[in-house]
Amino acid sequence: MEKQRKAVALISGGLDSLLAAKVMLEQGVHVEGINFYTGFCVEGHTHAIRKKDKAKPKRNNALWSAEQLGIKLHIIDIIEEYKDVLINPKHGYGANMNPCLDCKVFMVGKAKQWADENGFDFIITGEVIGQRPMSQRRETMPIISEESGAEDRLLRPLCAQNLPETLPEREGWVNRDELYDFSGRTRKPQMALAEKFGFDDYAQPAGGCCFLTDKAYSVKLVDLWASRGKRDYALDDIMLLKVGRHIRPREGFKLIIAREEGESNFLQGYKKQFTTLKTISHNGPLTLLDGVADEDGIKLAAQIVARFSQGREASEVEVEVADKGQVQNLVVKPLAPDEIQEAWRV
Amino acid sequence: MIELDARRLMCPMPVIRTQDLIKTLASGANVRVTCTDPGVMHDIPAWCRINGHLLLAAEEIEGEFVLTIQVGAMA
Ligand code: SF4
Repeated sequence: MEKQRKAVALISGGLDSLLAAKVMLEQGVHVEGINFYTGFCVEGHTHAIRKKDKAKPKRNNALWSAEQLGIKLHIIDIIEEYKDVLINPKHGYGANMNPCLDCKVFMVGKAKQWADENGFDFIITGEVIGQRPMSQRRETMPIISEESGAEDRLLRPLCAQNLPETLPEREGWVNRDELYDFSGRTRKPQMALAEKFGFDDYAQPAGGCCFLTDKAYSVKLVDLWASRGKRDYALDDIMLLKVGRHIRPREGFKLIIAREEGESNFLQGYKKQFTTLKTISHNGPLTLLDGVADEDGIKLAAQIVARFSQGREASEVEVEVADKGQVQNLVVKPLAPDEIQEAWRV
Repeated sequence: MIELDARRLMCPMPVIRTQDLIKTLASGANVRVTCTDPGVMHDIPAWCRINGHLLLAAEEIEGEFVLTIQVGAMA
């Protein structure tokens, strides 16, 4: 009997990667999944933070995909290495801060390395020509294969018939006739194939696989870099960009104001690292002060926080300002709604 | 029992830490993971099922989520 060939499949949690892996399993290939965590992935955290989302069933879609397929899944933390991809993308950004093409090159490259280390023969992705404006175009397919170093060991089962033959096809490890020729933005062929395989309830993310395709998020990231004078971040920074209302009343600092109880609880975890503000005469959200504020700045911050508390119409609100153990109480007049400038909102 | 502190990590980080620890252990070893993100109550059991490890317990204890896992043979 011929040796069973092994493929490592990039599993994003979306439908296309699920189908691509399934097509390989149908051809008798041994498949294991690999999933990369950049810190920007939509999975998990935000659902966990916001209380209102807690009622919704929540799952990690990559794990869910692997379970549907009956394959192992290896989740790889690439938070550190990903910084360079995001900060210096050779091929630039998409509509927002998403460096999709560099990201794909990087992930396929990591998968290739993993395949070499673990004795896997080739790599598959759920890419479809024309599916996404930045990374999934006819011209980008060879760029990803070459720059990742995967070359002709990278197979895209959903659109392989539109692309030159790859090693697994040439060697007869897989049958090219039973691969697909999907192209364009339509989702119909994927949905039909999902139905054929009996997959329902799959994830249908609106944007891409991550927060970087989100406009509001990208604006906050650019603001963070501008305020620090350098393009860099830590995991905590990018987590905090997903939480709360962000208001920058002065260049040197911004406020992260919880929008509901779940966010207040989450921000609580940062009390040791940040100056925090909270109204004590009235109920109000927990607020982090990110950056440096002088006495005047702190007073302005307290007035803004008071505006977002239940004391917004009161003439005086007492605000507790805690800076790593040092606590002071300020009595301030909440800012009027029109005093909160539009330009402050990040 | 090997303890893993995954408090304050948000999913999927607790899963990744669990995975990376278990990779270094022999089958039959027991691991107890303590987390604060409730998402682990869904994700760690799913990860165990997929990768052939046995989930012995998943409990909420004083606001924390504690999962006990026996490393499977196919690790
Ligand atoms: S959407 Fe995000 S994770 Fe997906 S390819 Fe683009 S940058 Fe990478």
